[in-house]
Amino acid sequence: MQLTDLYREVILDHNRHPRNFGRLDPHDAEAKGHNPLCGDQLTVTVCREGDRLSDLRFEGNGCAISVASASMMSEAVKGLDLPAVDALFQRIHALLTEPAASSEGLGKLAALSGVREFPARVKCASLCWHTLNAALAQTDTTAATVSTE
Amino acid sequence: MSVNRPRHGLHLLAPLQVAADFPILSRHVNGRRLAYLDSGASTQRPRAVIDAVDHYETHLHANVHRGVHSLSQLATDAYEGARERVRRFLNAASTREIVFVRGTTEAINLVAQTWGRGNIGPDDEIIVSALEHHANLVPWQMLAAATGARLRVIPIDEYGQIRFEAYQALLNDRTRLVAITHVSNALGTIVPLRRIIEAAHHVGVPVLVDGAQAVAHAQVDVRALDCDFYCFSGHKLYAPTGIGVLYARESLLQAMPPWQGGGDMIRTVTYERSTWNDLPYKFEAGTPNISGAIGLAAAMDYVEGLGLPQVAAHEHELLTAATAALMRIPGVHIHGTAAEKAAILSFTLKGVHPHDLGTVLDHEGVAIRAGHHCAMPLMDLLGLPATARASFGCYNTLEDVEQLETAVRKAAEVFR
Repeated sequence: MQLTDLYREVILDHNRHPRNFGRLDPHDAEAKGHNPLCGDQLTVTVCREGDRLSDLRFEGNGCAISVASASMMSEAVKGLDLPAVDALFQRIHALLTEPAASSEGLGKLAALSGVREFPARVKCASLCWHTLNAALAQTDTTAATVSTE
Repeated sequence: MSVNRPRHGLHLLAPLQVAADFPILSRHVNGRRLAYLDSGASTQRPRAVIDAVDHYETHLHANVHRGVHSLSQLATDAYEGARERVRRFLNAASTREIVFVRGTTEAINLVAQTWGRGNIGPDDEIIVSALEHHANLVPWQMLAAATGARLRVIPIDEYGQIRFEAYQALLNDRTRLVAITHVSNALGTIVPLRRIIEAAHHVGVPVLVDGAQAVAHAQVDVRALDCDFYCFSGHKLYAPTGIGVLYARESLLQAMPPWQGGGDMIRTVTYERSTWNDLPYKFEAGTPNISGAIGLAAAMDYVEGLGLPQVAAHEHELLTAATAALMRIPGVHIHGTAAEKAAILSFTLKGVHPHDLGTVLDHEGVAIRAGHHCAMPLMDLLGLPATARASFGCYNTLEDVEQLETAVRKAAEVFR
């Protein structure tokens, strides 16, 4: 287990320069994610066109893993249909928790596979995905809140 | 005994010999020598404590205060012997003032739910400080919610010190209790307890002290302090988890109703009603943590064998060295710079989240705490989501400090 398995260059890059950082205003839905264990806070705002996630942004503060995961997620899901977002969520969840999970075809997101060797950090990587899920499950614009605990 | 020849009238600790008393410290973590700098969260156990618990489990165990058989008597003698050991450690007047509990958290909840419910009512005020651990905050919030009382918070200055004048201004005729930490777990600040207690007593207000971070690092004399309640946990004093102590003045304990009901805390029971046992058993319902108490007594023998003034001097030297080492690293900021400070070092490294710092340090064999340290309101006050915290114990060495510095430099490099 090497540190560079966790902090791969692509993760360090997304941490330094997060993509889609900020808020969408107006937006169709918003959700807040909170990891009370470490204090990570994340807000995701999304715009939808029918069944398609047309745009999203995130803001907040957190460790390199949580910021990079949110940044890479935002790039990967923008423009996807909701079932495709869900399928990707399932694959990432497996990637973070199952030793045999394949990262094939995941592009940059494959860099998250190193996280599963650091069990204390899995929640950091998954927080943004749970928050996005909560935003997409929203039926009105009142912010939903998810917690990793 | 792990001490050197006297110098300047004080025996100095021989840190390497002390470390050798702690079996776990010889293990490696992630292929590196372990630098255990998380004693603020929980200390490790010396061989003497492990052996004392082992001896009890192997030769003496039975339930206490019950049987006429020999083992029960031996176990009772060992358990009550531990209570006497705690009394001496704190210089309490009587073993009737020593209640065994699970830890600091349970001790504070016990006081809140018994003394608190009987003495605190609507519009009454409980004073806490901005430094409090959740354990000395949430039980009072719960009590306040149940009784209509209010919490008042003593502010701190930019160094993390209690603002004494603000405290004096908070004391008024609605104040019923001051509940305050002895040492801040997040910043290391040593609170000027004597002055705090004196000012409270001057207006007839009792004081509860959260001593969790203090007992392993300074001699605590509850009679010299003149505190009314003093709470601490064994596992922060080189003893096992699940054992702790509530010290309270006998007159207060006498007047307090029991907390939990059950065996051992009663004198007589009918189907209709019960009468309560003498102190301190009135507050110890059910079979207690006997082996934990015995481990705690052994831990007290151990630290007093080293000498608490010697431990404090040694830890202060480590704190000074670690502070200087971290300040040499560009981007490091130290949070909490009180004039009187225990060996707790809270810090951040610019551009690196404390959790990432914690992971990099762990990889280098350095165990620290990263997070809010169960003091979320204090973190909010400081405008920080989290900090990294290195905390020292009697077994730490300058080599640990060097390993910390090297690891923090490594983190700075990874995230450059």
